[in-house]
Amino acid sequence: MSAGVELDDVSCDFGKFRAVDHVNVSIKPGEFFSFLGPSGCGKTTILRMISGFTDPSEGVIRIGGKDVRGQRPNQRPTALIFQNLALFPLMPVWENIAFGLEVQGVDKATRRARADELLRLVDLPGAGDKMVSQLSGGQKQRVAIARALAVEPQVMLLDEPLSALDLKLRQHMRAELRAIQKRTGVTFIYITHDQGEALAMSDRVGVMSQGRLQQVADPREIYNNPVNGFVASFVGEMNILRGDVEQVADGLAGFSTPHGRFRARLSPSATGGAVKLYIRPEHMSLAPDGGGENAVPVTVGDIAFEGNFITVSATSEGGQHFTAEVRNDGITRLPERGARLFMRFEPQRAVILPDETRV
Amino acid sequence: MQDMLRRYGGTLTGAFFLLTAFWLLALIILPNITLFESSFRLYLPVTEIGGPRDVYTLANYQKFINNPVDTTIFGMTFQMPIHMKTFFNTVLFSAVVTLITFVVAYPLAYYLAKVVSPASLPTLILLLFIPLWVSEALRAFAWYIILTFNGPLNSLLVAIGLLEKPIRWQNGVFTPYDAIVIGLVYTYVLFMLFPIYGSIQSLDRNQIEASEDLGAKWWQTHLRVILPHAKPGIASGSVMVFMLSAGSLLVPTVLPSTSSNWFTQTIQVLMLESQDWNSGAAYSFLYILLCSVVVALVMWLFKVKLSDIAK
Amino acid sequence: MTRSRNLLGHVYFGAFLFYMFVPLAIMGGAAFNDNRLPSIYPWKGWTDRWFIELFRDQVLWNSAINTIWVALAVVVLAVPLGTAGAILINSISGRVRGVLYGLMVAPILMPGAVIGISTLLFWNQASVPPGLHLSVMGQVSYIAAFVMLLVLARLQSFDPALEEAALDLGASHGQVLRRILMPHLYPALGAGAAIAFFQSIENFNVTLFTRGTSNTLTVYVFSKVRSGITPTINALALILIAFTIVCAVAYEIARRRAARRELLRGADDGEASTPAVSLASAPVAAGQGA
Repeated sequence: MSAGVELDDVSCDFGKFRAVDHVNVSIKPGEFFSFLGPSGCGKTTILRMISGFTDPSEGVIRIGGKDVRGQRPNQRPTALIFQNLALFPLMPVWENIAFGLEVQGVDKATRRARADELLRLVDLPGAGDKMVSQLSGGQKQRVAIARALAVEPQVMLLDEPLSALDLKLRQHMRAELRAIQKRTGVTFIYITHDQGEALAMSDRVGVMSQGRLQQVADPREIYNNPVNGFVASFVGEMNILRGDVEQVADGLAGFSTPHGRFRARLSPSATGGAVKLYIRPEHMSLAPDGGGENAVPVTVGDIAFEGNFITVSATSEGGQHFTAEVRNDGITRLPERGARLFMRFEPQRAVILPDETRV
Repeated sequence: MQDMLRRYGGTLTGAFFLLTAFWLLALIILPNITLFESSFRLYLPVTEIGGPRDVYTLANYQKFINNPVDTTIFGMTFQMPIHMKTFFNTVLFSAVVTLITFVVAYPLAYYLAKVVSPASLPTLILLLFIPLWVSEALRAFAWYIILTFNGPLNSLLVAIGLLEKPIRWQNGVFTPYDAIVIGLVYTYVLFMLFPIYGSIQSLDRNQIEASEDLGAKWWQTHLRVILPHAKPGIASGSVMVFMLSAGSLLVPTVLPSTSSNWFTQTIQVLMLESQDWNSGAAYSFLYILLCSVVVALVMWLFKVKLSDIAK
Repeated sequence: MTRSRNLLGHVYFGAFLFYMFVPLAIMGGAAFNDNRLPSIYPWKGWTDRWFIELFRDQVLWNSAINTIWVALAVVVLAVPLGTAGAILINSISGRVRGVLYGLMVAPILMPGAVIGISTLLFWNQASVPPGLHLSVMGQVSYIAAFVMLLVLARLQSFDPALEEAALDLGASHGQVLRRILMPHLYPALGAGAAIAFFQSIENFNVTLFTRGTSNTLTVYVFSKVRSGITPTINALALILIAFTIVCAVAYEIARRRAARRELLRGADDGEASTPAVSLASAPVAAGQGA
C-alpha cells in the first residue's frame, strides 16, 4: 500500500524567517521523489511538515488524499528515516525494528518473527541480537530502513540518510534503496543536497532554493533543461557568461558578451530581467583554430586528470574563466599549460536562462 | 514549549510543569518571600500578632548596627557594632579560608589532571573522596582532638623540641579564628580541588606542550595558559568554599576560641535560644545579600556564567 | 627537569593525603583509648567500653533511624522534582531558561541555615509545625538542584531525534517517556538518588533549624560534641569511617572489574559503556554540600 502526498500552497515561518514559501507539488503513489537543494533551502522543513513534527503556517498537506492537519506524527501513515538514523542505542537490533509493533501491542513472538523477516529483506539475516553500537555504518542504515518498513508506512520519508557514509558505500546504498523501494512499492520522499544521489535514484526531482520550489521534473529534464540559473548551476557544473540577448531566430538567440557574440537556445522562462548564458563543461570542446561560430580564444591554465575525463581550465583575454571536460579516450593529445587555443560549443547545447532564482 | 507538547503530550508536559512549579514556588520562592517579609516585622507575643504593634519596621535590621564594641583591624582600633563585627570577621576569615584552599588545591589539581597516569587516577580520586564522605561534624571534631591543650599536636611538637611548652591552639596564635580557619580549610579544601581539577583536565595537553615548546618558563605556562583555562573551575571552587565557610555552623561551634564568633552562631542564638525568628529572618536576609554579592562579584571578576559556577 | 617536578608532585600529593587521613586516624584511634576524654594522648590502654556505650545509646539509634527515613523521603521527592525541572529547562531557551536555571541552582549557593530558616518561617505561616517533615522540605529545595544538574548533563547527550523516531513509529507520549527517555536517564537518576540520599544524611544546617525536637545523626553528633564529649563519638566516627572505606573499596573493585571487562571487549565498538561514565561522576557530586 502506498499513498500520494500533495503539498497545496504550503508555507512555513519560523519567527520572521520564512523557511518554506508557497510550495505546490503532487507526489504520486509509489513514486521515488527527491527534494534537492543546498542546506537551509527548506527541504528538511518540508519533510518535517509531512511527518508531522512541524506545522505548516499556511496551506494544506494531503496524504493519500486526506488532509492531515492536526494529526500527530504517531497518527500519520508515514515513517521517517532520520539523518543520523536515530536508532535506539539501548535496544538490540530486533527491538529497534519491532518498536513500532511493540507500541501497537503486538505480542513478542510475532514481533520477533517480523523483525527477522525484515532483516532478511534488508540483507542482514541473523543480526537481530546485536547491539546497534556493534554495527557498521551501512548496517545501521539497513536497520533504520527495516525499522521504518516494520510499521508498513504508506510513505517513507528519508532525510539525507546516506550523508554519513563513505563514497563507495553511498553508491552501493543508492542502488539498494532504489531496489527496496521498487520491491515494496512504498512512496519514497528523499531529501538530499547531493545532486548525483537525487539524479541517480529518483523518478522525479524537486529543486529548492530559499524556501521555494524552483523546478519539478524527471532527472534528465532537470539536468538538460534547467529553468533558471540556480537549477542549472546547482545541478552539475556550468560555464556562465554575462551578456545581453539580441535578435531571436529559429529558437536561437544572439547573445553579446564582452568576450564575443554567441548564439544559444533561449529558455522560455527567460522573459525580461537579467539573463546569463550557461554551457556545461562537457559540452565545451577544444579547437586549434577559431573557425565557425561560438568560439572563444583562450589560454590554457590548469589541467586536471580525473581518470575517465580530463578537466581543462582556461582564461579568455577578457579574464573570463572557462572549463571544459574532455572524455579521456587515451589517444587524444592534451594541450600544454599556457597553450593558446579555442573553446567552442554547439548553439543547441548552450542555453540562456533567467539569472535570478524564483523568490 | 510547543516542542515539549509535541514530544510529551499535554498530560506529561503538565506534570513536568506542576512538579517544577511546586519545587520553585513551595520550596524556594515562597519561603524566601516569607523570610523577607518576616524580617520587617517585630518579634511579638502571639496575642499581639495582628495588633497595633504588628507593623512593618526596620527595627530588626537596626540591631545589626547597635551595641558598638572596640574593634581592631590592621592595627587600627575603632568602634563597630558587635553583630557587624561578627559579620565582618565571618566574611574576612571565609575569604582567608578561600585563599588558603586555592593555594593548597591548585598544585594538587594540576598534579591530578596532568601528571598522574590515567590508570591510577580513579583510585587516587576515590581516596580523596573518603574524607569527604565522613560527616562534617566529625571532621571538625577530629581537629578539636588534635588541637586540644593536652592533645597529640602539642605533645609531638614538644617531644621533637619545636615547642618549649604546649600552646593553647584553640585560642589562636595569630588571631582568635586560627582554629576555625584550620578546621574550615580541612573541611572544604576538596570543594576547591575538584572544580579546578575538572577545568584543568579539559585543557588539551598539546597547549601546555606548545607553550613550553615556544620557550615559556613553567610559571609562564601556568600564568598564561593553564590558569586562564582553569578560571571557571577556580570561580566555582571559590564561590563554593566561601559560601560553605561563611555558612558553616558546625566548625565554628566545635573549634571556637573564647573570643571568636561566627555569623551563623549569631543567627542560631537568635533563632533557637531567643526564639526571635524575625531578627533571625533579617540576618538571614543579610546572608542572602552577601551570597548574591559574592556570586555576582565572582561572575564579574572571572567573567563566567552562573552555569559555570553551579556545576 | 620534568622528572624532578613530577617527583615534587608525588611528594606533595602524598603529604596532602597524609593531611587528609591523619586527623581521621587520630579520631578513630581515640575510640579505643581508655580515657574519659577523647584523645589518643595520653594513652591509657585499650578498651572497647566506648563501643558498648554507643550501642546502648537509645537516642543515637532513634537519630539514625530518623536520618534514614528523612533521606528516603528526600530521594522520593528530589528525584522527580529535579528530573521534571531538568526536562523543562532542556526544552526551553532564552531568558526564561536563564531565570529558571538561576532559581533552581540558587539554593545550592545559599547557606544551609538560610534555607532552614526560610523553610521554617514559610511552613509556620501555613500552620505546619517544625519537625523532620520540614527538614525534608528544606533539604529537597537544594538537593533537587543536584539531581537537576545531573539529569540536565545526561539530557545534553540525548539525541532528541530518538523521541521523534519513536513518535513517528506510532508510540504514545507515555511510551516515548518509558521506553526511550527514561532508559537513557537511568544512570543519572541512579546517581541522583544516591547523591540525594548521602546529601540528606550529611545535612546539618537545614535540619538544625527545621527539626523541631527530633534528632538526626548529624544533629545528635553535634549536640554530643558540644555538650559532654565522651569517646563514644569517636567510636561512632570510627564505625562511619570504616563503613565509608568498605563502600569505597567495593566501588573500586567494581570499577576495576568494569574497566577490565571494557578492555576485554576490545576496540571493535569504540563507544565507552555509559554506566561506567556515570558511576565515575557520581562521587564528585556526592561531596557537594550546602
